[in-house]
Amino acid sequence: MIVMEINEEILWSVKRDAIRALIEAGKRSDNREWNQFRAIELAPDFVRKAEGSCFIKLGNTQVLVGVKFAVGVPYPDTPESGTLMTSAELVPIASPIFRAGPPDEDSIELARVVDRGIRESKMIDFDALCITPKEEVWSVMVDLHVLDHDGNLLDAASIAAVRALLDARFPKYEDKKVIYTEKTKKKLPLKDVPVSSTFAKVGSALLLDPLLEEEKAMDARVTIATTHEGNICAIQKGGSGSFTLEECEKLASEAIKAGKEIRKQHLK
Amino acid sequence: MSGKGKTDLIVNGKRLDGRKPEELRPVKIQAGVLKRADGSCYLEWGENKVLAAVFGPRECLPKHEQDPYRARLLYRYNMAPFSVEDRKRPGPDRRSQEISKVSREALERVVFLENFPKASIDVFVEVLQADAGTRCAGLTAASVALADAGIPMRDIVVACAAGKVDNEIVLDVNKIEDNDGQADLPIAILPRTGEVLLMQLDGILAPEEYKRALQLAVEGCMKVNELQRNALREKYEKLADAGEQKE
Repeated sequence: MIVMEINEEILWSVKRDAIRALIEAGKRSDNREWNQFRAIELAPDFVRKAEGSCFIKLGNTQVLVGVKFAVGVPYPDTPESGTLMTSAELVPIASPIFRAGPPDEDSIELARVVDRGIRESKMIDFDALCITPKEEVWSVMVDLHVLDHDGNLLDAASIAAVRALLDARFPKYEDKKVIYTEKTKKKLPLKDVPVSSTFAKVGSALLLDPLLEEEKAMDARVTIATTHEGNICAIQKGGSGSFTLEECEKLASEAIKAGKEIRKQHLK
Repeated sequence: MSGKGKTDLIVNGKRLDGRKPEELRPVKIQAGVLKRADGSCYLEWGENKVLAAVFGPRECLPKHEQDPYRARLLYRYNMAPFSVEDRKRPGPDRRSQEISKVSREALERVVFLENFPKASIDVFVEVLQADAGTRCAGLTAASVALADAGIPMRDIVVACAAGKVDNEIVLDVNKIEDNDGQADLPIAILPRTGEVLLMQLDGILAPEEYKRALQLAVEGCMKVNELQRNALREKYEKLADAGEQKE
Protein backbone atom coordinates (compact mmCIF):
# COMPACT_ATOMS: atom_id res chain seq x y z
CA MET A 1 0.00 0.00 0.00
CA ILE A 2 1.27 3.43 -0.87
CA VAL A 3 0.64 6.04 1.74
CA MET A 4 0.61 9.50 0.28
CA GLU A 5 0.29 12.72 2.13
CA ILE A 6 -2.15 14.90 0.23
CA ASN A 7 -1.75 18.59 0.70
CA GLU A 8 -5.07 19.85 2.11
CA GLU A 9 -4.88 23.21 0.44
CA ILE A 10 -4.30 21.71 -3.01
CA LEU A 11 -7.28 19.44 -2.44
CA TRP A 12 -9.46 22.43 -1.58
CA SER A 13 -8.29 24.42 -4.57
CA VAL A 14 -9.40 21.52 -6.80
CA LYS A 15 -12.82 21.31 -5.13
CA ARG A 16 -13.28 25.07 -4.98
CA ASP A 17 -14.91 25.56 -8.37
CA ALA A 18 -17.44 22.76 -7.82
CA ILE A 19 -18.37 24.10 -4.38
CA ARG A 20 -18.78 27.63 -5.73
CA ALA A 21 -20.91 26.41 -8.66
CA LEU A 22 -23.27 24.67 -6.24
CA ILE A 23 -23.58 27.76 -4.09
CA GLU A 24 -24.06 30.06 -7.08
CA ALA A 25 -26.95 27.78 -8.07
CA GLY A 26 -28.55 28.63 -4.72
CA LYS A 27 -27.81 25.31 -3.04
CA ARG A 28 -25.89 24.13 -0.01
CA SER A 29 -24.55 20.62 0.16
CA ASP A 30 -26.50 19.94 3.36
CA ASN A 31 -29.69 21.48 1.93
CA ARG A 32 -29.90 24.29 4.45
CA GLU A 33 -31.44 27.70 3.82
CA TRP A 34 -28.91 30.51 3.45
CA ASN A 35 -29.87 31.92 6.85
CA GLN A 36 -30.16 28.68 8.77
CA PHE A 37 -27.82 27.34 11.44
CA ARG A 38 -26.85 23.66 11.47
CA ALA A 39 -28.30 21.50 14.25
CA ILE A 40 -26.83 22.45 17.62
CA GLU A 41 -26.26 19.93 20.38
CA LEU A 42 -24.97 21.15 23.71
CA ALA A 43 -23.61 19.10 26.58
CA PRO A 44 -23.39 21.58 29.46
CA ASP A 45 -21.16 20.88 32.47
CA PHE A 46 -19.09 18.42 30.46
CA VAL A 47 -15.98 18.87 32.57
CA ARG A 48 -16.67 18.75 36.28
CA LYS A 49 -13.22 20.00 37.22
CA ALA A 50 -13.90 23.30 35.53
CA GLU A 51 -16.10 25.93 37.15
CA GLY A 52 -18.14 26.02 33.98
CA SER A 53 -17.98 24.13 30.71
CA CYS A 54 -19.92 23.23 27.63
CA PHE A 55 -19.36 20.82 24.79
CA ILE A 56 -20.94 21.87 21.52
CA LYS A 57 -21.67 20.04 18.33
CA LEU A 58 -22.57 22.43 15.55
CA GLY A 59 -23.17 20.06 12.67
CA ASN A 60 -19.86 18.18 12.58
CA THR A 61 -17.88 20.94 14.22
CA GLN A 62 -17.02 20.13 17.81
CA VAL A 63 -15.67 22.48 20.43
CA LEU A 64 -15.22 22.14 24.15
CA VAL A 65 -15.16 25.29 26.24
CA GLY A 66 -14.01 25.42 29.82
CA VAL A 67 -14.30 28.29 32.28
CA LYS A 68 -11.93 28.55 35.21
CA PHE A 69 -11.97 31.16 37.97
CA ALA A 70 -9.01 32.54 39.86
CA VAL A 71 -8.41 35.33 42.31
CA GLY A 72 -5.96 37.89 41.08
CA VAL A 73 -4.85 41.49 41.22
CA PRO A 74 -7.03 43.91 39.19
CA TYR A 75 -5.65 46.03 36.37
CA PRO A 76 -4.44 49.40 37.70
CA ASP A 77 -6.92 51.35 35.52
CA THR A 78 -9.90 49.28 36.72
CA PRO A 79 -9.10 48.61 40.40
CA GLU A 80 -12.65 47.55 41.24
CA SER A 81 -13.38 45.26 38.32
CA GLY A 82 -12.83 41.58 37.69
CA THR A 83 -11.17 40.42 34.51
CA LEU A 84 -11.89 38.19 31.55
CA MET A 85 -9.32 36.32 29.51
CA THR A 86 -10.15 34.21 26.48
CA SER A 87 -7.71 31.86 24.77
CA ALA A 88 -8.11 29.39 21.95
CA GLU A 89 -6.22 26.29 20.99
CA LEU A 90 -6.55 24.71 17.58
CA VAL A 91 -5.34 21.30 18.70
CA PRO A 92 -3.98 18.91 16.05
CA ILE A 93 -6.79 16.37 16.51
CA ALA A 94 -9.26 18.85 15.00
CA SER A 95 -7.84 19.00 11.49
CA PRO A 96 -4.98 17.58 9.43
CA ILE A 97 -3.70 21.11 8.89
CA PHE A 98 -3.51 22.09 12.55
CA ARG A 99 -0.07 21.80 14.09
CA ALA A 100 0.90 21.88 17.72
CA GLY A 101 2.72 25.00 18.78
CA PRO A 102 2.19 28.57 19.89
CA PRO A 103 -1.13 30.16 18.87
CA ASP A 104 -1.16 31.32 15.25
CA GLU A 105 -3.10 34.17 13.69
CA ASP A 106 -6.29 32.12 13.32
CA SER A 107 -6.46 30.98 16.92
CA ILE A 108 -5.66 34.49 18.13
CA GLU A 109 -8.49 35.88 16.02
CA LEU A 110 -10.88 33.16 17.23
CA ALA A 111 -10.13 33.95 20.88
CA ARG A 112 -10.33 37.70 20.39
CA VAL A 113 -13.61 37.64 18.47
CA VAL A 114 -15.30 35.37 21.04
CA ASP A 115 -13.90 37.60 23.81
CA ARG A 116 -15.16 40.75 22.10
CA GLY A 117 -18.71 39.41 21.81
CA ILE A 118 -18.82 38.56 25.51
CA ARG A 119 -17.05 41.69 26.71
CA GLU A 120 -18.83 44.26 24.55
CA SER A 121 -22.30 42.88 25.24
CA LYS A 122 -21.58 43.71 28.91
CA MET A 123 -22.62 40.14 29.64
CA ILE A 124 -20.46 39.90 32.76
CA ASP A 125 -20.90 42.47 35.50
CA PHE A 126 -17.19 42.95 36.15
CA ASP A 127 -17.76 45.34 39.07
CA ALA A 128 -19.54 42.55 40.94
CA LEU A 129 -16.38 40.43 40.65
CA CYS A 130 -14.45 42.66 43.01
CA ILE A 131 -13.47 41.11 46.33
CA THR A 132 -11.20 43.84 47.77
CA PRO A 133 -10.68 46.98 45.64
CA LYS A 134 -7.13 47.32 44.23
CA GLU A 135 -6.16 43.97 45.73
CA GLU A 136 -8.36 41.04 44.91
CA VAL A 137 -10.79 40.43 42.10
CA TRP A 138 -12.11 37.33 40.39
CA SER A 139 -10.68 36.67 36.98
CA VAL A 140 -12.65 34.55 34.59
CA MET A 141 -10.67 32.49 32.12
CA VAL A 142 -12.41 31.06 29.09
CA ASP A 143 -10.53 28.42 27.11
CA LEU A 144 -11.74 27.36 23.70
CA HIS A 145 -10.62 23.88 22.79
CA VAL A 146 -11.37 23.06 19.16
CA LEU A 147 -11.83 19.31 18.68
CA ASP A 148 -13.18 18.88 15.15
CA HIS A 149 -13.14 21.63 12.53
CA ASP A 150 -15.95 21.41 10.01
CA GLY A 151 -16.47 25.13 9.64
CA ASN A 152 -17.65 28.12 11.69
CA LEU A 153 -15.48 27.72 14.75
CA LEU A 154 -16.31 31.31 15.68
CA ASP A 155 -20.00 30.71 16.39
CA ALA A 156 -19.55 27.22 17.81
CA ALA A 157 -16.95 28.45 20.30
CA SER A 158 -18.94 31.57 21.10
CA ILE A 159 -22.22 29.77 21.78
CA ALA A 160 -20.47 27.18 23.96
CA ALA A 161 -18.54 29.89 25.82
CA VAL A 162 -21.71 31.82 26.61
CA ARG A 163 -23.46 28.65 27.77
CA ALA A 164 -20.46 27.72 29.95
CA LEU A 165 -20.54 31.19 31.54
CA LEU A 166 -24.29 30.91 32.17
CA ASP A 167 -23.80 27.65 34.08
CA ALA A 168 -20.49 28.41 35.81
CA ARG A 169 -20.36 28.35 39.61
CA PHE A 170 -17.86 30.01 41.89
CA PRO A 171 -15.49 27.77 43.83
CA LYS A 172 -15.24 28.24 47.57
CA TYR A 173 -12.97 31.09 48.64
CA GLU A 174 -11.70 30.97 52.18
CA ASP A 175 -8.75 32.53 54.01
CA LYS A 176 -7.44 33.97 50.75
CA LYS A 177 -7.45 30.55 49.14
CA VAL A 178 -9.58 29.20 46.33
CA ILE A 179 -10.80 25.69 47.07
CA TYR A 180 -11.47 24.27 43.64
CA THR A 181 -12.79 20.99 44.95
CA GLU A 182 -15.76 22.73 46.54
CA LYS A 183 -18.15 24.55 44.26
CA THR A 184 -20.64 26.98 45.72
CA LYS A 185 -24.13 27.61 44.39
CA LYS A 186 -23.21 31.14 43.41
CA LYS A 187 -23.33 31.89 39.70
CA LEU A 188 -21.63 34.64 37.74
CA PRO A 189 -23.28 38.07 37.84
CA LEU A 190 -24.60 38.24 34.27
CA LYS A 191 -26.48 41.00 32.48
CA ASP A 192 -26.84 39.84 28.89
CA VAL A 193 -26.65 36.81 26.63
CA PRO A 194 -24.72 37.64 23.45
CA VAL A 195 -25.03 35.41 20.39
CA SER A 196 -22.58 35.44 17.53
CA SER A 197 -23.64 34.77 13.92
CA THR A 198 -21.13 34.31 11.13
CA PHE A 199 -21.94 34.71 7.46
CA ALA A 200 -19.75 33.66 4.56
CA LYS A 201 -19.87 35.44 1.24
CA VAL A 202 -19.33 33.22 -1.78
CA GLY A 203 -19.66 35.11 -5.05
CA SER A 204 -22.92 36.97 -4.53
CA ALA A 205 -24.32 34.40 -2.09
CA LEU A 206 -24.44 34.92 1.66
CA LEU A 207 -24.43 31.89 3.94
CA LEU A 208 -25.07 31.74 7.68
CA ASP A 209 -23.01 29.23 9.67
CA PRO A 210 -20.67 28.16 6.84
CA LEU A 211 -19.44 24.60 6.49
CA LEU A 212 -15.70 24.08 6.17
CA GLU A 213 -16.11 23.57 2.40
CA GLU A 214 -18.02 26.85 2.20
CA GLU A 215 -15.29 28.59 4.17
CA LYS A 216 -12.65 27.20 1.81
CA ALA A 217 -14.57 28.59 -1.16
CA MET A 218 -15.61 31.91 0.38
CA ASP A 219 -14.44 35.40 -0.53
CA ALA A 220 -15.09 36.95 2.87
CA ARG A 221 -16.93 36.44 6.11
CA VAL A 222 -18.43 38.60 8.80
CA THR A 223 -19.19 37.72 12.41
CA ILE A 224 -21.82 39.80 14.18
CA ALA A 225 -22.59 39.45 17.89
CA THR A 226 -25.97 40.65 19.10
CA THR A 227 -27.51 41.35 22.50
CA HIS A 228 -30.85 40.21 23.94
CA GLU A 229 -32.35 43.63 23.26
CA GLY A 230 -31.70 43.24 19.55
CA ASN A 231 -28.63 45.46 19.32
CA ILE A 232 -25.25 44.74 17.73
CA CYS A 233 -22.27 44.61 20.08
CA ALA A 234 -19.31 43.29 18.08
CA ILE A 235 -18.34 42.76 14.47
CA GLN A 236 -15.38 41.16 12.79
CA LYS A 237 -14.99 41.01 9.06
CA GLY A 238 -12.51 38.47 7.76
CA GLY A 239 -11.17 37.27 4.45
CA SER A 240 -9.90 39.26 1.52
CA GLY A 241 -13.22 39.79 -0.28
CA SER A 242 -15.59 42.66 0.39
CA PHE A 243 -19.16 43.40 1.45
CA THR A 244 -21.39 46.14 0.07
CA LEU A 245 -22.95 48.56 2.55
CA GLU A 246 -26.38 47.02 1.82
CA GLU A 247 -25.00 43.59 2.70
CA CYS A 248 -23.55 44.94 5.96
CA GLU A 249 -26.96 46.24 6.97
CA LYS A 250 -28.88 43.18 5.83
CA LEU A 251 -26.58 40.81 7.69
CA ALA A 252 -26.86 42.85 10.88
CA SER A 253 -30.62 42.37 10.93
CA GLU A 254 -30.26 38.68 10.02
CA ALA A 255 -27.79 38.26 12.89
CA ILE A 256 -30.28 39.81 15.30
CA LYS A 257 -32.95 37.38 14.07
CA ALA A 258 -30.68 34.34 14.27
CA GLY A 259 -29.47 35.45 17.70
CA LYS A 260 -33.03 35.54 19.07
CA GLU A 261 -33.63 31.98 17.93
CA ILE A 262 -30.38 30.58 19.39
CA ARG A 263 -30.96 32.41 22.65
CA LYS A 264 -34.46 30.99 22.95
CA GLN A 265 -33.45 27.42 22.16
CA HIS A 266 -30.04 27.02 23.75
CA LEU A 267 -29.09 29.86 26.07
CA LYS A 268 -31.89 30.22 28.56
CA MET B 1 -15.28 49.58 24.79
CA SER B 2 -14.05 49.49 28.33
CA GLY B 3 -15.84 52.74 29.14
CA LYS B 4 -19.09 53.08 30.94
CA GLY B 5 -20.68 55.54 28.56
CA LYS B 6 -19.71 58.80 30.26
CA THR B 7 -22.02 61.68 29.43
CA ASP B 8 -19.75 64.71 29.36
CA LEU B 9 -17.86 63.96 26.17
CA ILE B 10 -20.03 66.24 24.04
CA VAL B 11 -20.90 69.65 25.48
CA ASN B 12 -23.05 72.13 23.53
CA GLY B 13 -22.62 70.10 20.35
CA LYS B 14 -18.83 70.15 20.65
CA ARG B 15 -16.47 67.33 21.54
CA LEU B 16 -13.67 67.67 24.10
CA ASP B 17 -11.14 68.46 21.36
CA GLY B 18 -13.48 71.09 19.91
CA ARG B 19 -14.70 69.01 16.99
CA LYS B 20 -18.28 68.75 15.77
CA PRO B 21 -19.75 65.21 15.86
CA GLU B 22 -19.20 64.64 12.15
CA GLU B 23 -15.76 66.24 12.00
CA LEU B 24 -12.46 64.45 11.37
CA ARG B 25 -9.28 65.12 13.31
CA PRO B 26 -6.68 66.96 11.21
CA VAL B 27 -5.00 64.49 8.85
CA LYS B 28 -1.62 65.10 7.24
CA ILE B 29 -0.16 62.70 4.70
CA GLN B 30 3.26 62.71 3.08
CA ALA B 31 4.39 60.18 0.48
CA GLY B 32 7.96 59.01 -0.15
CA VAL B 33 9.64 59.85 3.14
CA LEU B 34 12.07 56.92 3.44
CA LYS B 35 15.08 56.57 1.18
CA ARG B 36 15.67 52.82 1.42
CA ALA B 37 12.08 51.61 1.16
CA ASP B 38 10.50 51.11 -2.27
CA GLY B 39 7.52 53.11 -1.14
CA SER B 40 6.70 54.94 2.06
CA CYS B 41 4.29 57.26 3.78
CA TYR B 42 4.23 59.33 6.94
CA LEU B 43 0.82 60.10 8.30
CA GLU B 44 -0.46 62.18 11.18
CA TRP B 45 -4.06 61.72 12.20
CA GLY B 46 -4.86 63.88 15.20
CA GLU B 47 -2.34 62.76 17.80
CA ASN B 48 -1.55 59.57 15.88
CA LYS B 49 1.77 59.38 14.06
CA VAL B 50 2.42 56.40 11.83
CA LEU B 51 5.03 55.47 9.28
CA ALA B 52 4.46 52.88 6.56
CA ALA B 53 7.07 51.30 4.33
CA VAL B 54 6.70 48.92 1.39
CA PHE B 55 9.40 46.61 0.09
CA GLY B 56 8.94 44.61 -3.07
CA PRO B 57 7.91 42.88 -5.12
CA ARG B 58 10.98 40.97 -3.94
CA GLU B 59 11.97 37.40 -3.32
CA CYS B 60 9.64 35.60 -0.97
CA LEU B 61 11.47 34.15 1.99
CA PRO B 62 11.29 31.58 3.50
CA LYS B 63 10.91 29.82 0.18
CA HIS B 64 8.16 27.45 1.31
CA GLU B 65 5.87 30.45 1.61
CA GLN B 66 6.17 31.17 -2.10
CA ASP B 67 2.95 30.88 -4.07
CA PRO B 68 3.37 29.82 -7.71
CA TYR B 69 0.30 31.83 -8.74
CA ARG B 70 0.60 35.10 -6.87
CA ALA B 71 2.73 37.23 -4.63
CA ARG B 72 2.53 36.88 -0.88
CA LEU B 73 1.37 40.01 0.89
CA LEU B 74 2.96 40.54 4.27
CA TYR B 75 1.53 43.15 6.62
CA ARG B 76 3.10 43.91 9.96
CA TYR B 77 1.48 46.40 12.31
CA ASN B 78 3.86 47.29 15.10
CA MET B 79 3.62 49.73 17.97
CA ALA B 80 6.71 51.46 19.28
CA PRO B 81 7.12 50.79 23.03
CA PHE B 82 6.93 54.53 23.74
CA SER B 83 3.88 55.19 21.58
CA VAL B 84 1.45 54.84 24.48
CA GLU B 85 1.29 56.08 28.10
CA ASP B 86 2.26 52.74 29.68
CA ARG B 87 5.23 51.33 27.84
CA LYS B 88 4.20 48.56 25.46
CA ARG B 89 6.37 45.48 25.50
CA PRO B 90 8.18 45.34 22.15
CA GLY B 91 7.15 42.75 19.60
CA PRO B 92 3.86 41.34 18.41
CA ASP B 93 1.09 40.82 20.94
CA ARG B 94 -2.34 39.32 20.26
CA ARG B 95 -3.88 42.67 19.41
CA SER B 96 -1.26 43.65 16.86
CA GLN B 97 -1.34 40.20 15.27
CA GLU B 98 -5.08 40.50 14.81
CA ILE B 99 -4.75 44.00 13.35
CA SER B 100 -2.05 42.77 10.98
CA LYS B 101 -4.35 39.97 9.82
CA VAL B 102 -7.44 42.09 9.11
CA SER B 103 -5.33 44.82 7.47
CA ARG B 104 -3.58 42.32 5.21
CA GLU B 105 -6.93 40.84 4.24
CA ALA B 106 -8.21 44.31 3.37
CA LEU B 107 -5.35 44.77 0.89
CA GLU B 108 -5.03 41.28 -0.58
CA ARG B 109 -7.60 41.64 -3.33
CA VAL B 110 -6.79 45.25 -4.05
CA VAL B 111 -3.16 44.68 -4.95
CA PHE B 112 -2.63 42.80 -8.24
CA LEU B 113 -0.76 40.00 -6.48
CA GLU B 114 -1.30 37.73 -9.50
CA ASN B 115 1.15 39.90 -11.46
CA PHE B 116 4.05 38.75 -9.29
CA PRO B 117 4.06 34.98 -8.81
CA LYS B 118 6.47 33.66 -6.18
CA ALA B 119 7.33 37.15 -5.01
CA SER B 120 6.57 38.95 -1.78
CA ILE B 121 5.22 42.41 -1.18
CA ASP B 122 6.01 43.44 2.36
CA VAL B 123 4.17 46.21 4.16
CA PHE B 124 5.46 47.45 7.50
CA VAL B 125 3.51 49.87 9.63
CA GLU B 126 5.17 51.46 12.64
CA VAL B 127 2.98 53.31 15.09
CA LEU B 128 5.17 56.02 16.62
CA GLN B 129 2.47 57.73 18.65
CA ALA B 130 -0.95 56.27 19.34
CA ASP B 131 -4.18 58.05 20.18
CA ALA B 132 -7.00 55.71 19.03
CA GLY B 133 -7.53 54.92 15.39
CA THR B 134 -4.06 53.54 14.67
CA ARG B 135 -5.31 50.60 12.60
CA CYS B 136 -7.14 53.04 10.30
CA ALA B 137 -4.18 55.41 10.19
CA GLY B 138 -1.83 52.48 9.50
CA LEU B 139 -3.89 51.03 6.68
CA THR B 140 -4.43 54.45 5.12
CA ALA B 141 -0.68 55.09 5.20
CA ALA B 142 0.10 51.60 3.92
CA SER B 143 -2.06 52.17 0.84
CA VAL B 144 -0.22 55.39 0.03
CA ALA B 145 3.12 53.62 0.51
CA LEU B 146 2.00 50.83 -1.85
CA ALA B 147 1.05 53.39 -4.49
CA ASP B 148 4.33 55.20 -3.86
CA ALA B 149 6.18 51.92 -4.48
CA GLY B 150 4.46 51.75 -7.86
CA ILE B 151 2.66 48.53 -7.03
CA PRO B 152 -0.39 48.04 -9.26
CA MET B 153 -3.65 48.27 -7.35
CA ARG B 154 -7.34 48.39 -8.17
CA ASP B 155 -7.75 51.51 -6.02
CA ILE B 156 -6.30 53.12 -2.92
CA VAL B 157 -7.71 51.59 0.25
CA VAL B 158 -8.73 54.08 2.90
CA ALA B 159 -9.89 53.56 6.46
CA CYS B 160 -11.76 55.61 9.03
CA ALA B 161 -13.84 54.91 12.13
CA ALA B 162 -17.14 56.14 13.43
CA GLY B 163 -18.38 55.59 16.95
CA LYS B 164 -20.94 56.31 19.60
CA VAL B 165 -20.10 58.86 22.26
CA ASP B 166 -22.55 60.41 24.70
CA ASN B 167 -25.39 58.60 22.89
CA GLU B 168 -24.46 60.35 19.68
CA ILE B 169 -22.95 58.86 16.52
CA VAL B 170 -19.66 60.63 15.82
CA LEU B 171 -16.89 60.42 13.27
CA ASP B 172 -13.31 59.41 14.11
CA VAL B 173 -13.19 58.78 17.88
CA ASN B 174 -10.07 59.91 19.73
CA LYS B 175 -8.46 58.25 22.75
CA ILE B 176 -10.68 59.70 25.49
CA GLU B 177 -13.78 58.96 23.43
CA ASP B 178 -12.54 55.44 22.77
CA ASN B 179 -11.95 54.80 26.47
CA ASP B 180 -15.13 56.36 27.78
CA GLY B 181 -17.42 56.14 24.77
CA GLN B 182 -19.95 53.49 23.86
CA ALA B 183 -18.86 52.08 20.50
CA ASP B 184 -16.11 52.18 17.89
CA LEU B 185 -16.61 51.01 14.30
CA PRO B 186 -13.47 51.13 12.16
CA ILE B 187 -13.95 50.33 8.48
CA ALA B 188 -11.83 50.34 5.35
CA ILE B 189 -13.31 50.76 1.91
CA LEU B 190 -12.46 50.82 -1.75
CA PRO B 191 -13.40 54.44 -2.57
CA ARG B 192 -14.29 53.72 -6.18
CA THR B 193 -17.03 51.21 -5.34
CA GLY B 194 -17.68 51.76 -1.64
CA GLU B 195 -17.07 48.07 -0.91
CA VAL B 196 -16.20 47.32 2.71
CA LEU B 197 -12.81 45.62 3.11
CA LEU B 198 -12.34 45.87 6.85
CA MET B 199 -14.98 46.17 9.51
CA GLN B 200 -14.80 45.70 13.25
CA LEU B 201 -17.09 46.83 16.02
CA ASP B 202 -16.52 47.18 19.72
CA GLY B 203 -19.54 48.30 21.68
CA ILE B 204 -23.30 48.34 21.47
CA LEU B 205 -25.18 49.94 18.57
CA ALA B 206 -28.87 49.72 17.70
CA PRO B 207 -29.47 48.71 14.06
CA GLU B 208 -30.28 52.26 12.95
CA GLU B 209 -27.24 53.63 14.82
CA TYR B 210 -25.08 51.06 13.06
CA LYS B 211 -26.45 52.20 9.71
CA ARG B 212 -25.73 55.84 10.52
CA ALA B 213 -22.23 55.04 11.81
CA LEU B 214 -21.41 53.11 8.63
CA GLN B 215 -22.57 56.03 6.52
CA LEU B 216 -20.56 58.52 8.54
CA ALA B 217 -17.43 56.35 8.43
CA VAL B 218 -17.74 56.09 4.63
CA GLU B 219 -17.96 59.89 4.40
CA GLY B 220 -14.82 60.13 6.56
CA CYS B 221 -13.06 57.63 4.30
CA MET B 222 -13.87 59.69 1.22
CA LYS B 223 -12.40 62.82 2.80
CA VAL B 224 -9.20 61.03 3.80
CA ASN B 225 -8.97 59.47 0.34
CA GLU B 226 -8.80 62.98 -1.10
CA LEU B 227 -5.76 63.65 1.12
CA GLN B 228 -4.12 60.38 0.06
CA ARG B 229 -4.40 61.37 -3.58
CA ASN B 230 -3.08 64.85 -2.86
CA ALA B 231 -0.06 63.42 -1.06
CA LEU B 232 0.84 61.23 -4.03
CA ARG B 233 0.24 64.04 -6.50
CA GLU B 234 2.42 66.38 -4.46
CA LYS B 235 5.32 63.96 -4.42
CA TYR B 236 5.27 63.47 -8.17
CA GLU B 237 4.79 67.16 -8.88
CA LYS B 238 7.93 67.80 -6.86
CA LEU B 239 9.77 65.11 -8.79
CA ALA B 240 8.60 66.58 -12.09
CA ASP B 241 9.76 70.04 -11.03
CA ALA B 242 13.16 68.65 -10.18
CA GLY B 243 13.34 67.34 -13.74
CA GLU B 244 15.68 64.46 -14.33
CA GLN B 245 17.92 65.30 -11.39
CA LYS B 246 16.76 62.31 -9.34
CA GLU B 247 19.66 59.94 -8.71
